[in-house]
Order: sequence, then structure tokens, then C-alpha cells
Amino acid sequence: MKNREQRDLFPGALEMMILRTLKRQPLHGYALAQHIKRTSNDLLHIEEGSLYPALQRLLKEELVKAEWGISTTNRRVRIYKLTAKGAKHLEHEVSRFEKMLEGITRVLAPGES
Amino acid sequence: MWLKRLFSRRRLYGELSEEIREHLEEKIEELVAGGMPREEARHAARRAFGNVTLAEEDCRDVWRWPSFEEFVADVCYGLRALRHNPTFTAVSLLTIAIGIGANTAVFSVVNSVLLKPLNYPNSEQLVSLHQTAPGAPGLTDFESGLHLSPSMYFTYAEHNRAFQSLGVWDTGTASVTGLAEPEQVRTVEVSDGVLQALAVPPAVGRWLSEADQVPRGPQRVMLSYGYWQRRFGGDRSVVGRNITVDARPREVVGITQKGFRLVDTDFDVMVPLAFDRRNLILAGFGFEGVARVKPGLTIAEANADLTRMLPIWMDSWTNGPGTNPHFYETWKITPMIRPLKREIIGNVSDVLWVVMGTIGLVMLVACANVTNLLLVRVEGRQQELAVRAALGASWGRMVRGLLVESVMLGLMGGALGVVLAYAGVRLLLAIGPANLPRLSELSLDARTLGFTVLLALLSGLVLGLIPALKYAGPRASLALRSGGRAASASRERHRTRSILVVGQVAMALVLLVSAGLMIRTFQALRTVAPGFTDARHLQVMRISIPDALVAEPERVLRIQNEILERLAATPGVKSAGLVSEMPMEGFGSDWDCIFARDKTYPDNVMAPLRLYKYISPGFLQTAGTRLIAGREFTWTDVYGLRPVVMISENLAREMWGTPSAALGKQLREFSAMPWREVIGVIEDVRERGVQDKAPEIVYWPPMMEYLFGNKIAQTLRTVTFVTRSERAGTEGFLNEVRQAVWSVNSSLPLASVRTMQEVYDKSVARTSFTLVMLGIAGAMALVLGIIGIYGVISYAVSQRQREIGIRLALGAQGGDVLQMVLRQGTKMALAGVAIGVGAALGLTPLMTSLLFGVTAHDPGTFAAVAGLLIFVALLACYIPARRATLVDPMVALRYE
Repeated sequence: MKNREQRDLFPGALEMMILRTLKRQPLHGYALAQHIKRTSNDLLHIEEGSLYPALQRLLKEELVKAEWGISTTNRRVRIYKLTAKGAKHLEHEVSRFEKMLEGITRVLAPGES
Repeated sequence: MWLKRLFSRRRLYGELSEEIREHLEEKIEELVAGGMPREEARHAARRAFGNVTLAEEDCRDVWRWPSFEEFVADVCYGLRALRHNPTFTAVSLLTIAIGIGANTAVFSVVNSVLLKPLNYPNSEQLVSLHQTAPGAPGLTDFESGLHLSPSMYFTYAEHNRAFQSLGVWDTGTASVTGLAEPEQVRTVEVSDGVLQALAVPPAVGRWLSEADQVPRGPQRVMLSYGYWQRRFGGDRSVVGRNITVDARPREVVGITQKGFRLVDTDFDVMVPLAFDRRNLILAGFGFEGVARVKPGLTIAEANADLTRMLPIWMDSWTNGPGTNPHFYETWKITPMIRPLKREIIGNVSDVLWVVMGTIGLVMLVACANVTNLLLVRVEGRQQELAVRAALGASWGRMVRGLLVESVMLGLMGGALGVVLAYAGVRLLLAIGPANLPRLSELSLDARTLGFTVLLALLSGLVLGLIPALKYAGPRASLALRSGGRAASASRERHRTRSILVVGQVAMALVLLVSAGLMIRTFQALRTVAPGFTDARHLQVMRISIPDALVAEPERVLRIQNEILERLAATPGVKSAGLVSEMPMEGFGSDWDCIFARDKTYPDNVMAPLRLYKYISPGFLQTAGTRLIAGREFTWTDVYGLRPVVMISENLAREMWGTPSAALGKQLREFSAMPWREVIGVIEDVRERGVQDKAPEIVYWPPMMEYLFGNKIAQTLRTVTFVTRSERAGTEGFLNEVRQAVWSVNSSLPLASVRTMQEVYDKSVARTSFTLVMLGIAGAMALVLGIIGIYGVISYAVSQRQREIGIRLALGAQGGDVLQMVLRQGTKMALAGVAIGVGAALGLTPLMTSLLFGVTAHDPGTFAAVAGLLIFVALLACYIPARRATLVDPMVALRYE
């Protein structure tokens, strides 16, 4: 059952968040999931499983790349890293998102209608 | 790139699974470390992750080309389904393959004969200079219209504005000596302009040019590629050497391209025409004209150009002193230029389109059969389809699955069909009319293969569509309810199959009626008396005596006479005679204005045109042509140059009312000929084949005296020798005949050695070819139709077994059941016959031009075919009906 306080994401949002997170540092899947969950303060409804198809899409678009390595907990994991193309894409997406947000905010802003 | 991905995908998927497993374990470890029991931690981890399989599936989808892969899955599924039903697959494949094979074979003929452009550069500019002369009496007897005279050629060539180049040509024969055995070769004579118009460069050497056309100038020839290979083994040094043609040395200047034909004529030696302008008159309409129209000009404009030049022609030439050159205006000469392609194809296109149409119908009948088989199969799978539909399979996907299967059937059948088509083309070449134009160009080219692929795809789609729409459609779930245990198949379920069978019967009827009409045509042709008897025992051959070999005309006749005597003395020979040309030999007859002394003609130059031939004493008896009145020529008449002539019965009737009234009347060809007395009237002869009406003919003796200059007697140098013998056509007889000829003169080649039967068969080849093709098509349709009816009835019986069992248990008699089943079959057959008769009434008029002695709506043929079909349909029903009466009620009911 979904928590009613949580919202579904719009298409592309998850990817954007993944890219932003990876920009800070390369991470493996589990760490990535934990980080997003933690940072979003559990406000977003994200199944951990949905992370992987998103990662595959990014891999296919060559926005991230993956390498097998050993995690801090000594596990064999695939570590994802932002590519140059990914960084550019992120910038573009963020600015687009901000514009959209601004637009929505203005409309929702009270009293000026 | 995507290809690499396709292959590295297995590894990719493995890594994915591993990654997800690691993720889950890491989470579990963390939760356990936080104090949760392991079992609970595992559940919590799973919950947080969501559906693992779905996630993996989604991940894979990212890398997929989804529609393609679904398609591949469908194909694999279809292949498996086909493999599991070997009988069904084999029967349908074979049916489709035969259908597609036959269609491909016929289409390849249609394509190379009718559709492909001619083998000349920019061949659409090439035309044949055809013209008619509706005002010239008698000319309607000559199918090829009014040919060009040499003076016309000069006028057209010099004054035209519409043509790039233009020339005239004619065919003939010549003997080539001095190589091995003396050989009679096929020649074409061409004027300047012909080769330029056709624009095909020579393979070796050079073209004949204007310089080779000077009268009494150097004698030159070109050889055809085939003759060059055959006689000289392709030796290039032959160019520049002399060969002896008609006893005269001629220099070879070039070799034509391989496969080059002059319009529709295959030849060995090409000889330049060398007209002497000083001796030309207006008349002499004996040459075919060919030309290349200037780019952008239409046929109508070219016709107008010729019309403009006709007065110039009449102003520039004359027929001799005292004649009016403009009297040809009364002939109303009308240029009727035709595209060269149409000229070459001639009337074959009718035959080919009819054959193509019938073979197409056979394909439809075959498709109906396979569709029926598919329907049965899909019916068997109805449960499965219903379950799939209930489980949420989209019906689009299910339809696609069925279609993929049937299209695969179509394509595999098509591939097999191409193999069959190769054999079919061989067969067509073997039974096709020998005079089918352009057969040498026949091949299975890209267009033909494209046609095959299209046909295969289309038939696959059509095959699959009906069952797919019927059973995979939105109502598929209905089947779940009836659960396959319905006591009897509902009417509804059989309707599609019955409609298909009705259609098959209708199409079979159309095909059989066409075949029947051809049979009637053939019968009618057989009853026509061609003007000769017992053709199998008539040996014919052409012998030509060139003037360079024997100069004096009377000597020529003496040699011919001696050959006749030697032939008559050959064992087994009843008699022998000679003639300028046997009926149906097709060497091109001579004709001219023929005047009667007791008639008056306007302007004294305009008598009706008549065909004329020359016959020797003894010819009539040899050929079996009846003498209607009077007597025939004797050798005394011939050598004594007596002014005698014979005429055909229809000519006698036309001019004097009765054959006997014609005797004693006088005829001549032109004023330089003495009046000749009609001494005999001969039965009408089907000169141009049994389908054409017998023309009026004048028969001259083989040696005649003309009144110009010093009264030289003229004889015929190329004639057909006719020998009647039981042994005609056998190898031993031919050897003796050759020895008989060569014992008179060893340098005389024999050409066109055939029996009259062969000549006759060739002249009806078009009819027999159509007959054979329609016969094959009709037989195929009949067999397929029978199989269709049998299949439907016997399937219906097997479905109704329980019902029949109940009926029998309740007291129905075997006869009742028999009747019940037969009634069902009869209904289908009658419906099919009724529709078929309607369709045939509409379609058979299309083949009117192929019929002879029978109308397209011949009631006898229609009735016979309809009766045959109903009878055969009942027979096909009888076997399953019989089986139905043998149903054991106990067994049928226990089954319940």
C-alpha cells in the first residue's frame, strides 16, 4: 500500500536525482538508493527496485558508466559514475526543471490572480 | 553497435541479476545488523525493493527492440505449430507451392513477352510503318495491310520530318555453298536506315552502310551471332573474308550482337537491299518498314508526317507511261504506325492474359482450400485461444500470431513455388506455341521474383485473415462457454467453410467452361477441310536454285521436274508435285491486281488484288486438293508455254457465279502478260491457317512467258516440293529423299523439311497451347474443388457424429442420414454452379478472339460442365455420407 503522503514522480525525475547524486560521488546501486531515500527525507515514494531500470536507461544513453568494484562493506558491486555527457544532460535537465517549478509555483502562488 | 549489444545481452542480464541479488543481501545484512531477525529482514528487504522479476524485466526491456522480438517469438511459435502438424503443413505447402509456381511461371512469360521493353536502346521510340488501304479491293485478304514499296521508302526516307531514321526490310532464304554441305539459310534484306533505327552496335566488325547498298556494287553481308558460332566457331578472322551466298561471293563485314533479332525475325545472314532508283516504279508493296521516331513526337504526329508525304511519293514516281500516278488516291492509303513492341507481340497477348487470368483463378481456388484447412486447425485450437483471451492476451496479438503463421506458410510455399516455376517455365517452353514472340528473352528476373514474393505475402495474409478474424476476434471467448462439447457444430461454425467451398466450385466452373470452349474450338478446327488431306503422309521441303548456279529459267524447271521424277521413283512414294508455297507455311504470299478479259475496270489499272500461287502438274493429286471443275496443268501445257491458268472455287463463284461458268474465261496479271484461259477450278484452301477464311487464289503454271522485250519465259527458283508417302517423316525416308535430290544436283540445300502435319500443328499451336493451359488449370481447379467439398462434408460428418448417433438411436434409417448429408453437399454444389455460371457468362466473352466455331456462351459446354461438377460434387459427398450411416449409435453416445 502506498503511503498517501508520498507522491509518484514525474517521468525523468528519478533519473535526474540519480545523476545529481552521482555527480557528488560514484556510488553503487544500494548506496545510491539509500542516499536518495535519506536525502529526500522519505518524502518521495521510490521502490528500490525501480532504480535499476532507470540506471539501465542511463547506461544505454551513455549518461553514466558502470564498473565492477569492491564496496566499503567489502562486497562485489557495480559502481556507477557520471560521464561528461551525463553532467551536461543533468545541467540541462535541472535548468528545465527549475523553469517548470518556477512556472508551477507562480501559478500556485496565492493572491495574484 | 546495437548488434554488439544483441550478442552481449546474455552477459548483461547475468550481471543485472547479480547486482540485484547483492543489493538485497546488503539490505538484509544492514537490517540484521540493526537487530532485526534474518527472516523478517528478508521480507522487509523484498518489500522495500518491490517486485524483483518486474524490475529485472523492465531492465531488460530497456535494451530490447520489443516489437521485433515479439515478432521473432511469433515466428518461432508458428514454426513449432507447423512442425507439429506435418500432414497439414505438407498439404498446404504443396498446394500453395503449386499455385505460386504456376503463377510465377506464367507471369515470367507475360513479363518477358508483354511487359519488358524490347531489346533495343530506347525501344519506345521504335515503330513499325504499318499502313492500310481500305480502298484497294481485295487487300482486306492480306492481314498485314499494305507494305511499303521501294519508291515509298525513298520518299519517306528523304522527305520525312518525324523520324530519326527509317528503313525497309524483308525476309528470305539463300543458299550458302562452299563451306560444308550446301546449306539453305534464313536471310533478312535490309535497306539503309534499318540498323541505324534499331541502334544495336555489331559485336564484331561494322554495320552494313549506305556504301553497301549501291546496285551492282561490291557484295557484302553481315552474319548473325548464332550462325557465326555455328558455322565458324566464333572465329573473328571471318570478318573480311568472302562466303558464297546464292553462288556469289560476298564479303563478311560484321557480326551482329548475340540474340539480335530483326524486329521478330531470327536470321543467319543479313544482306543489304540495293534498289536501283532508275528502275523503280510506284508499285512493289513488298517491304516492311521500321523507323525510330524523333524524341518527343507522338505516333499521331508521325502518321501525319507519312500522310503528308504520300502526294510527294505519287508526284515523284510513276508506274510507267500512260498510267495515272495519282490513282492510288482511290486506295485511300492510310498510315497506321504501330509501336514496334505491339507489332512483335501481335495477338499473343490475348492468349497470355487469358492464361494468366485462369492461373490466377487456380491460385484463388488453392488458397480457399488452404484456408479451409487452417479453419479446421484454428477450430481445434479454439479452446486454447479462448483461454488466452480470457487470461488477457490482446486479440491484436493473437491475430498477429495466426497471421504470422499463415504468412510463413505463404512465404515457404513461395520459395518452393520458385523451384516449381523453374520446371514450369521449361514446360511452357516445351508446349508453348513455337511462334510465341520473344521467347528467347524468357527468364526469371527481378520483377518476376518480386511478383512471387508479393503473391506469397498476399496469399499468406489472405489465408490467415479469415480464420484470424473469425476465431481470434473479440468474440473468441464465446468458445469457452460452449466448451467444445456442443452436441453438434452450429451452423454458424460451418458457414465460412461452406462459403469458401461454394466459391471454389464457382471458380472451377469458370475454368472448366473456358477449357470446354477451347475443346469445342479445337474440335471445330479439326472438322475444317484445310484443302489438303492426310497431312501426316505429306512430306514437304523447300529447294532453291540460285541464278548464279543455273542461269537459264527453263533449265531450272527441267531440274525441278527431274527432282520430282526421282522423288516419285523413291520406294513408297505415291506421287510428288511442287508449289510456290504450301498452305500455312507462312513464307509470305504474292498478290497483285488480276484482270479478267470480260470485265471492265476503272482506269484499266485497278483490278481487285488476288493472291496467286504456282503449281506443277501432279501437285493437286499429291496434296489431296480436289479439282472442282475442268482439268489441271500437264507438262505439255507448261513446257509449251500454253496460256492457261486455274483458279480457286470461291474466286470462280465471285466472278462468274459457278465453277463451270469460269472455265474458258480469260485472266491476266498485267498488260505484259498474254491473256490466260481458265482450264480448271480448285477447291478452296485455308491458306493462312484453319481459323482464317480461305482466300481467293489464282494458280499459275510454274513457267510462264511475258511479253516484255525478248519474250523470256520465267520460272520459280524457290519452291516447296511435296511428296506423298506412308513413310513421310521417317529418317530412312528423308535420307532417300536427300539422295534423290542430290543425284540431280549435289549443291542444292534442302530447307524446312517437315511433314504437312507439323506445318498444320504449328498453325494451330496458339489454340492447342491455350487448350493445354486451360485444361491444366481446369483440372487443377476441379481436383482442388473436389478436395474442398470432400473435406468440408467429411469434417461436418465427423463433428455431427454424436448427433447422427442420436438420430440413428431414435430410429432414423441409414438412408435418411445419407440423404441428409448429401443434401448439404448438393446445396453447396448448386450454389457454386449457379454463381459460377453467372461469372462465366461475364468472363468467357473475354476469350472470344481465341474461339472458333463456338460462341462464348455455348449452352452445350455450360450444361456439360455444370452437370459434371454437380455429379463430381455428389460423388465427393457420397464417401463421407456413407461413413455417416455406419456410425454406431452406442459408440457415438458412450463418447458423451
